[in-house]
Amino acid sequence: MELEVARSDAAEPVVPRLELRGIDKSFPGCKANDGVDLSILPGEIHALLGENGAGKSTLVKIIYGILHADAGTIAWEGQKTHIAGPSFARNLGIGMVFQHFSLFEALTVAENIALGVEGDHDMSRLEARIEEVSAAYGLPLDPRRHVHSLSVGERQRIEIVRCLLQDPRLLIMDEPTSVLTPQEVDTLFGTLRRLSSEGCSILYISHKLDEIKQLCDTATVLRGGKFVGACDPKEESPQSMARMMIGDDVKEPKPQGDAQVGEVVLSVADLSLQSQDPFGTDLKAVTFNVHAGEIFGIAGIAGNGQNELLAALSGEQLVPDGAAVVIGGQPSGRLGPRRRRSLGLSFVPEERHGHGAVPALRLTENAFLSGHLREKLVRWGLIDFPKTAEYAQKICESFDVRTSGINAEASSLSGGNLQKFIIGREILQRPNLMIAAQPTWGVDAGAAASIHQALIDLAASGAAVLVVSQELDELFAISDRIAVMSSGHLSAARPTAATTLEEIGLLMGGDGGAAGERMINVA
Amino acid sequence: MLLKLEPRGETSRAMIYLTPLLAILLTLIMGAILFALLGHNPLEAMYAFFISPISNSYGLGELAVKATPLILCAIGLALGFRANVWNIGAEGQLTLGAICGGGLALWFYDSESVFLLPAMALAGALGGLAWAAIPAFLKLRFNANEILTSLMLTYVATLLLSLLVHGPYRDPDGFNFPESRLFADSALLPVMVEGTRLHLGAAVAVFVVLVAWLVVSRSFIGFQIKVIGLTPAAAGYAGFRHHSLVWLTLLTGGALAGLAGLFEVAGPIGQITPVISPGYGFTAIIVAFVGRLHPIGILGAGLLIALSYLGGETVQIEMGLPQAVTGVFQGMLLFFLLACDVLIRYRVRWSIGASQEARGTAS
Repeated sequence: MELEVARSDAAEPVVPRLELRGIDKSFPGCKANDGVDLSILPGEIHALLGENGAGKSTLVKIIYGILHADAGTIAWEGQKTHIAGPSFARNLGIGMVFQHFSLFEALTVAENIALGVEGDHDMSRLEARIEEVSAAYGLPLDPRRHVHSLSVGERQRIEIVRCLLQDPRLLIMDEPTSVLTPQEVDTLFGTLRRLSSEGCSILYISHKLDEIKQLCDTATVLRGGKFVGACDPKEESPQSMARMMIGDDVKEPKPQGDAQVGEVVLSVADLSLQSQDPFGTDLKAVTFNVHAGEIFGIAGIAGNGQNELLAALSGEQLVPDGAAVVIGGQPSGRLGPRRRRSLGLSFVPEERHGHGAVPALRLTENAFLSGHLREKLVRWGLIDFPKTAEYAQKICESFDVRTSGINAEASSLSGGNLQKFIIGREILQRPNLMIAAQPTWGVDAGAAASIHQALIDLAASGAAVLVVSQELDELFAISDRIAVMSSGHLSAARPTAATTLEEIGLLMGGDGGAAGERMINVA
Repeated sequence: MLLKLEPRGETSRAMIYLTPLLAILLTLIMGAILFALLGHNPLEAMYAFFISPISNSYGLGELAVKATPLILCAIGLALGFRANVWNIGAEGQLTLGAICGGGLALWFYDSESVFLLPAMALAGALGGLAWAAIPAFLKLRFNANEILTSLMLTYVATLLLSLLVHGPYRDPDGFNFPESRLFADSALLPVMVEGTRLHLGAAVAVFVVLVAWLVVSRSFIGFQIKVIGLTPAAAGYAGFRHHSLVWLTLLTGGALAGLAGLFEVAGPIGQITPVISPGYGFTAIIVAFVGRLHPIGILGAGLLIALSYLGGETVQIEMGLPQAVTGVFQGMLLFFLLACDVLIRYRVRWSIGASQEARGTAS
């Protein structure tokens, strides 16, 4: 490896831990990175900001050696290098905590870590080291527990500890707080600050501007694959950073003043259901009502029964007691998804690729997927193609779906655009009841704002809206009442105005126990 | 990494339809080279393989006769394959069709009714349908893999046929040969073109192709089948009923295979024999895939595979080449088709990987 002192700033006392210059990376049909510069100093917490599709993930994958740049240079501690692959990156001292964990549920914590670590595989020694590291950084973790019994926050700790065991000098965190409670976020920030004070650099990817302001020393902003600028988040306001990110002002959703609450549209009474998933959470006497004209938010950490509840509400999982789920006055527990849809239900599932939409099919066909019933797109058992195309076109126009056309495959759309398409498809069916799961998960700020606005408008037009989300900010921004799901129980609902983030956070389970058997009582 | 497959942004629609033709062209070129290497004049050999079998009306009729069962079975299988229902027991369902429909012909041996043939067709279809209902039930009730159950039932069907032709179906005047009586005229499919064996079944097959095309490309049912095959979770989201679609695809496949079996015994064979199919039900799996699970494609693929049977026989007789040539051609065709498929969806990149590799080692 050739030794090259980095450029003119070599005279400066501090050599950047990692310096990228003019990184280019193209994929067929799009330029994901276009001359991106990034410089991370030792011990710095550096934010990487950008909308979805801005090229953050691509850049990070290049740093971690998963992708290779088409052009540009990478210098590690002043030395020009070529990161051949992830193991090369790990040997340099780069650790990465992915947004989606890659853990084996049936294995223990230590076994999972052993799988990702090269070299020493003596289990008892490894367990001791895990305990040592997790205690040192305030990341309590029992190495002998099986992963399926852990909360998401605990699972993330595994990934972090796995990185820490390698003594990283640069830790990359991809959207780490999207699955954590506020209390867990505080703990995580403590750990990160501690690491940074010990000289470990951190590259922190997030779209939560408040967090970045709170945590990071520097921010690099990407837009459309290009380097837009760097800023000091402490000097900026979230609004000004958002402006850099999307090159435009974000429209804040306008919460309506007093919700015109109408009659009960969805009534769930004493719904108990055993999960189909062996690692799932059973529903325990879930009871709530959603009224016309209101947005009802259900908070909670993933895996506390939300999936089971959503399946029972959408009709993908039938409920033996038909009266446990009542839609528009009609007992619906034993009705399938299509029957419920004809009662006025629209549903936006959490997973858009492969649940809410079929990636391999065109947008027209995806419009037909859920729209065929209420939009009457079937005639004599045949698909009415002109009408379907018209409907798809209308969705794209009304909800600003950016695509090459309605014949584009769903997989060709970015996450945010596909989500807008799905939300639009459901809203244009004029539902009486809209159920949306994680409506803005992984969606950029601009798209999230327009999705929020659409949901608020829908409620204002008299529909009942149920939003299940892990993002508390989102629920506080749009919902009129909030309840918390924990271990299959649903807390009593309370008006958003009369509660605080901390209160909800505590209900979500500060000790993060999806496994714990706790009954939550809310006065 | 010198060679890399990169997905192309958008798949060209025209190319999707052109690939089978391209694959055929490549097969022809390779075939010519192969014949040349074997010491034959490639043009002559190619002529003998591809042209001479269908150079007269009788040959064309034979082509259609061979393609009919292939196409009928493949259409039914393709419907299932689209929904991830892997029925590979068309051979058994075909056999049951022959047993049930043909049994009716024997039972009403003296009948001259015009209703006999339609009744036989119905019985044949029902026989195949019933045979396919077994794997469907086992799959939905006990989660038994339909690949295994449908395949195993094929052997049961063959043994059942053997039992019948050695027993109840045996021709009383047949000197104990394990064959049934020759069917009466009222039980035979009318020949459509004088001087050939082209029977009414071929027309039915074309009709089935058209109906299947309508179902696959235009109908709500076809859409449900497609979605359930691509992403079962999305099908559940839309409320498409998995159970119903498994039943539908398996029963349709069974009925079409049963019909194909009946057409064999009431058409070219004219009686029930211990062996009524040279593996049409299995070859139909290749036909379905070469035809891209699309009815029109299956029509073409069925004719092509039928031609490879005829061609193989011709070169065997005329040039003394082994029958294995048929298999070689079928294999080449499949290989080229798959290769073309890959190249249309993906682009091969040499330079990027190579240059980076070079940079990696140089730095």
